Amino acid sequence: MKALLRRDLALALRAGGGFGLGLAFFLIVTVLVPFGVGPQSELLSRIAPGILWLGALLACLLSLDRLLALDWEDGTLDLLATSPLPLEAALLVKALAHWITTGLPLVLAAPLLGVLLNLPASGYLWLVVSLALGTPALSVIGTFGAALTVGVKRGGLLMSLLVLPLYVPTLIFGAEVARRGATGMATETPLLMLAGITLGVIALMPFASAAALRVNLR
Amino acid sequence: MSVTDQKPIPKRPSSFWSYANPVKFLAFSERVMPALWWLAGICLLVGLVWGFFFTPDDFRQGSTVKIIYLHVPSALMAINAWFMMLVASLIWIIRRHHVSALAAKAAAPVGVVMTVIALVTGAIWGQPMWGTWWAWDPRLTSFLILFLFYLGYIALWEAIEDPDTAADLTSVLCLVGSVFAVLSRYAVNFWNQGLHQGASLSLDKEENVADVFYFPLLVAIAGFVLLFLVLVLYRTGTEIRLRRTRALMAREART
Repeated sequence: MKALLRRDLALALRAGGGFGLGLAFFLIVTVLVPFGVGPQSELLSRIAPGILWLGALLACLLSLDRLLALDWEDGTLDLLATSPLPLEAALLVKALAHWITTGLPLVLAAPLLGVLLNLPASGYLWLVVSLALGTPALSVIGTFGAALTVGVKRGGLLMSLLVLPLYVPTLIFGAEVARRGATGMATETPLLMLAGITLGVIALMPFASAAALRVNLR
Repeated sequence: MSVTDQKPIPKRPSSFWSYANPVKFLAFSERVMPALWWLAGICLLVGLVWGFFFTPDDFRQGSTVKIIYLHVPSALMAINAWFMMLVASLIWIIRRHHVSALAAKAAAPVGVVMTVIALVTGAIWGQPMWGTWWAWDPRLTSFLILFLFYLGYIALWEAIEDPDTAADLTSVLCLVGSVFAVLSRYAVNFWNQGLHQGASLSLDKEENVADVFYFPLLVAIAGFVLLFLVLVLYRTGTEIRLRRTRALMAREART
């Protein structure tokens, strides 16, 4: 498992664009929003948590089709499926690698982009906490989407259609934590729900992903 | 996912599983379909005509209340169609009956249409009553999410060429999607308080709709259920024949 993780990380780093692309996309989305809704700082600070969450979610989505497609093309997935490591575990490791290369940088960059959107001072902590808790769920759910569509040529758009509805609960609770944190309300309930979703998804989703991938590898 | 051994079809003709045989399924569905078409048509006609012309206007909502005869049954069927797809997908995953997978495929477009009918009639009713076509109310929002799930499900069926792979993948998606649809329903509840009224047809509550509206509504619901059944049977038959035709053409092309 460690070897697989190290390999995926090394590939993501050396192939270029692993860290950078998602981050740049996140930055661009955040920069474009004020152009769309106007520069009033009051309005921006009110919608900042939601925008940052949406941006992180889309940046996550963008990098999903690289998650399995390259390994599918060169046959690595077949090897993984026949290796002694259960496919569920392999996919979990892949999701973890995806999170480290995409989710974690987003979490770290979010406060900086919060400055751009005039996020209230009390919101930074909760924004980071909610993203740190929520982005693993995005990676794991995304792995499921990637496993479903890995056999489809040009499946990127299809995958968005499949994955985005699955992101709804995570987005609702994650953005709610950030929003409540920014306005100084109690964040405990949505935080617990978000943590519950993330843990539940990590526990159960690899089975669904592996089932889908096995069908595709058949 | 390993292919389990096909169990021998039980000899008892009364067994539900004997209809997993496409020939038997087609024979049966063709025998009952004319009756079902007629029943569905009569129920819909009676329910809608009774509802539209022979019930009084509500004293607050006026005649707009009558959209309930389309809105409630279609919303009910939109959810039940997904539920039926879930059951059919489970049967396909567990027992590998092709008819089941095709029935799930056949039900999806019907479910989508029901969802659209529910959303559109709701909007038409909401405009004069709530003063808005659309509100981000939990029920409305979860219906929109359900609509997206239907779209994804159908798109996945269309995208994959090999029929068995497509059936497997869409079944997995249906299972996962069901969990997330329920999850979204409650998440959305948490996210925004509702404008939509509560359940008005439950059996154990005082606040049901008045009897004048209740009985034609029941007939309309029966009509929608029958319509859904007959459409699914019809479309499943079409899918079976389509697959047969493809097999025949493939055989012909080879010789």
